[in-house]
Amino acid sequence: MLLGPQRNQPTLNQAVASVRAHGPLATITAGWEEREGEDQEMRDHLGGRTVNLRLWERAEEVARRDPELNEASNHKRERLRLMHELYRVRLGHALDAARELLRRAPSNGDADVLEGEREAAIEAVRTLDSFHMMRVVDLQHDFETRMKPLERDSVDRHRREIGAILSECGALCVAGGHVVVLQHRMRLFDVLGLMHGQPIFAWSAGAMALSERIVLFHDSPPQGPGNSELFEQGLGVFPNLLPLPHARKRLHLHDRHKVALMARRFAPAQVIAFDSLTRMDWDGECWHGQPGTQRLTDKGILVQAGTA
Amino acid sequence: MNGIVHEIETLARMGPRAINALLEGRKFPVVEGRTVTFVFRGHVDEVRLRHWIHGLPQAQPFHHVQGTDLWFLAVDVPDGSRLEYKLEVVVGGEHRLIQDPLNDNVALDPYGVNSVVYTAGYMVPEWSLPDPDARPGEIVEQEIDARAFGDKRPCQVYLPARFRPSRSYPLLIVHDGADYVRYASLKTVLDNLIHRLEIPSMIVALIPSQDRLNEYADDKRHAKFLVEDLLPHLQKSFPLVDKPSARGLMGASFGAVASLAAAWRHQGVFGNLLLQSGSFAFTDIGKHDRGPVFDPVVRFVNAFRKQPGHPADHLFVSCGVYESLIYYNRSLVPFLQKSGLDVRYVESNDGHNWENWRDRLREGLSWLYPGPLWMVYE
Repeated sequence: MLLGPQRNQPTLNQAVASVRAHGPLATITAGWEEREGEDQEMRDHLGGRTVNLRLWERAEEVARRDPELNEASNHKRERLRLMHELYRVRLGHALDAARELLRRAPSNGDADVLEGEREAAIEAVRTLDSFHMMRVVDLQHDFETRMKPLERDSVDRHRREIGAILSECGALCVAGGHVVVLQHRMRLFDVLGLMHGQPIFAWSAGAMALSERIVLFHDSPPQGPGNSELFEQGLGVFPNLLPLPHARKRLHLHDRHKVALMARRFAPAQVIAFDSLTRMDWDGECWHGQPGTQRLTDKGILVQAGTA
Repeated sequence: MNGIVHEIETLARMGPRAINALLEGRKFPVVEGRTVTFVFRGHVDEVRLRHWIHGLPQAQPFHHVQGTDLWFLAVDVPDGSRLEYKLEVVVGGEHRLIQDPLNDNVALDPYGVNSVVYTAGYMVPEWSLPDPDARPGEIVEQEIDARAFGDKRPCQVYLPARFRPSRSYPLLIVHDGADYVRYASLKTVLDNLIHRLEIPSMIVALIPSQDRLNEYADDKRHAKFLVEDLLPHLQKSFPLVDKPSARGLMGASFGAVASLAAAWRHQGVFGNLLLQSGSFAFTDIGKHDRGPVFDPVVRFVNAFRKQPGHPADHLFVSCGVYESLIYYNRSLVPFLQKSGLDVRYVESNDGHNWENWRDRLREGLSWLYPGPLWMVYE
């Protein structure tokens, strides 16, 4: 289950109650970084039955105890940073072209010509995204092949502990925060590989980290053009859904061209605006949107997210 | 003739009731395109608009509508402007500076209250207003053993919401810090920008000076105080990131001079400078005409121009186009860039005042201290 942001109007307890999860609830708050342990509010909200997996703290310890792995991680991070920098150069131009064509009004009888160019411009962005994703995946694959993190003592000790905790838990709750920190920690310990089919509840960065692709976005940042960018491969827990937390704050959802570009760029995934009180449920085969949960469409408007 | 002036002149002939009707329920000054019409009503001998727009006469006389107690003045002001002003009223040879009685918009500064008019396109930035969602930071009092001056000095320190001693924070030292908080909403701005992830959680030292015109004018004691007294005290008392890229100085007017001068005297200590409406007066030839208080400033800026060195890695420089200092700031920017420094320069249709400095804080702070906006989704 994917939920909207939980800070102001939490709905997590209702979502958990809806699946009758038995036993304690494992939580991941690694996205909060050094505040990972400050989860009392969430603990109270869930009736005190939580066990924090402490992935941030565990990863810090791995970094201290395994300098070889730490150095390789830093090297990978530096390569990623460079890849993103270069990707952004091309992305800016490709998005400018797509935006300009989407804004251009068709003249008499020329709509098909314009639409062809629009399609090609958006396809160019998609190709660029795919190329970037391929390079990022290759980098991650090389890192895992070379360093075999899951086979290292420094990681394995924690995996066994995490596995033991998860075997007792009825569900996993993944909070938001720093999306890359969260995704890296979950990947480092292969948390999902230690699950036994329990339901997962995730929101904000938690939902992003579990998706197939992590897309960073903001239409009006204080610096820079505000180009949404593909960052990394997510953990791929669910298919065909791109979660956009705090969409109303971060995106110009009244701008039809921007909404349409977002929807077309990331199709066939449903692009969902996750604001407070929204929720999407995955039943193993398809998604079900709670009333009020909206998706972005290629027409540039938002509609109720339904079954897909 | 613009609409309101025509209306004034027409209705004025119809008597006091018509004038009352004209004034009732209407906002003054009236902004019509680029024309701002100021109106004053009262039995006085003269009315003048007093403002601080460099390039325009400092005291522009209002026109009196014959046979009435109505006065008006229409002025051409570009769109997107913020204009602070007072009215100078003359009665029986006595001159008084007053706020515009027909205008509720005011701005505060250490010298009192000014009336303000906004032209089309200007809006008070919403990020400068209190946001109930933003967790508030706190300001704690410190006392610094200022050996450079041979005394003790107070210093306020802003700690961000959810401050943790176990974490390391970037540092910004702000000259005239309490004035920035009081007149430029600095605490609200920090709370909001941190909440919005546009800047990182950071520690901000707010320093005062009892004698700013001397101490901020390239006084080497002040530079020494910052680097050898204040910074070590802060490093001992708070968890700070220990590298120049996470340290900065900020100031407006003479505070900007103090920031640049200290960073220049102690190169390699501060990575970031936020300089607003800097009083960077210099001379290419001859003497300056800004009075003796500027003597050390001009000496410093002239010396700096001869040998700029590398005072910081990144400099955000802003200035209002209605300030007399715009010439010096515009001159400084290409010079800084030619010296290999990373400079962002921003102008605004505003004057030498605190709200101008407030309005540039988001751009300046987020450029010098980019926050985790793109990475954090809570």
